[in-house]
Amino acid sequence: MFAAFLNIIKRDVTIALRRRGDILVPLMFFAIVVALFPLGVGPETTLLKTIAPGILWVAALLATMLSIGRMFRDDYQDGTLEQWLLAPQPLVVLVLAKICAHWILTGLPLILVSPILAIQLHLPLSAIPMLMLTLLLGTPILSFLGAIGSALTLGVRGSGVLVSLLVLPLYTPVLIFGASALTASIVGDPVAGHLYLLAAGVVMVLTLAPWAIAGALRVSLD
Amino acid sequence: MFIYKYAAPRNFYRLAGFLVPVFAVLTVVLLAVGLYMGFFVSPPDYEQGETVRIMFIHVPAAWMSMFIYAVMATSGAAGLIWKTKIAHIFAAASAPVGTVFTVIALITGSLWGAPMWGTWWEWTDARLTSELFLLFLFFGYMALRASIDDPRRADRAAAILAVVGIVDLPIIHFSVEWWNTLHQPASVGKIGRPSIHSSMLIPLLSMALAFNTYFLASVLIRARTIILTREYNKRWVTELLNRRRNPS
Repeated sequence: MFAAFLNIIKRDVTIALRRRGDILVPLMFFAIVVALFPLGVGPETTLLKTIAPGILWVAALLATMLSIGRMFRDDYQDGTLEQWLLAPQPLVVLVLAKICAHWILTGLPLILVSPILAIQLHLPLSAIPMLMLTLLLGTPILSFLGAIGSALTLGVRGSGVLVSLLVLPLYTPVLIFGASALTASIVGDPVAGHLYLLAAGVVMVLTLAPWAIAGALRVSLD
Repeated sequence: MFIYKYAAPRNFYRLAGFLVPVFAVLTVVLLAVGLYMGFFVSPPDYEQGETVRIMFIHVPAAWMSMFIYAVMATSGAAGLIWKTKIAHIFAAASAPVGTVFTVIALITGSLWGAPMWGTWWEWTDARLTSELFLLFLFFGYMALRASIDDPRRADRAAAILAVVGIVDLPIIHFSVEWWNTLHQPASVGKIGRPSIHSSMLIPLLSMALAFNTYFLASVLIRARTIILTREYNKRWVTELLNRRRNPS
């Protein structure tokens, strides 16, 4: 079971490394969205500093959104998912591996490039570890919730836009706690509460979401 | 148990046909009482003046919007567990009605907010904001249903989405609430809660009941239509339609 788990992650990472565009496009999207905000609201340092946490988090949400539609699509089209249903390993474990791979390929790069974008937005350097920490706790939740939407819309017409309609409302708590933690750390307020809530969110999606995703995959492949 | 009998679409169709007029009449009576009491009998509030009368529509609509989402998720879950068609049909029929109540709650809320808070929209009010996200959840539910052609798959996919939504809805609500306490809300005039007088309680309750009976009546009408479209090739539907066409 654990071998299957690792194999799926290894396979997904290998495929993605051979088609680097899949990893890079959401990252470029992240960078472009962040670059658009100063042009839209004006270059004032103080204003940018106050809205930077919100911009970074909304951009991270949208970038994850962009990659979510593809999560199960290739495996759906080439029949891999049907093999998963027949596999001796529980579907939940396979789904968990798929999401871990997705996080490694989109969440992790997002966290790694976020400091550069934060500096562009004049976020204080001291706040960057907190930015990365909130993203570290928040992006897995985004991957899990996104996977639910992705599994529900497999093979459905117009699934790209549909997925964002289904999933973005579910993302609100992550945005609120992620961005508030960052803002709180900049103004010197206690941040532990937000981080605990984000961590609680991770635990919750880690335990509950795979079941919903497995159920959704069974419905979609019926 | 006799209730199983009505899990069959055919029997449910007949039962619904009997219940719709009952709920429709109840709705008209309760609405008449509630609106008359609310607009003419109940006194204006000493702080909010005549504006308080918006509450007789706003509060029951907000209750209904959340109640209907819960009904939708529960009957979707029931449909997933017991594989009953009727539960899914009931959930499908509830969604548009719930959406309408959500829209009413949002519009009346913002109409009330304009004179009371001095703004049409107040992000720090957790109830208003989570109501907005409830609307988005309803939209997502209906959009997912609309884009899947196979009704069985649409039923089950939508049910899973509704269950996920009902888990997330309280989280959204409380996250907005905590967010707002952390943001130190710009002095929104919070109105105290004096114990409600019966002259206001009666119209409020009768409006709430009227909205409930309206919900039931309209859901049953919708459910009947859905049953007919889904079962159109069954014999009982053909017979029913033939009887309609040439009543002997």
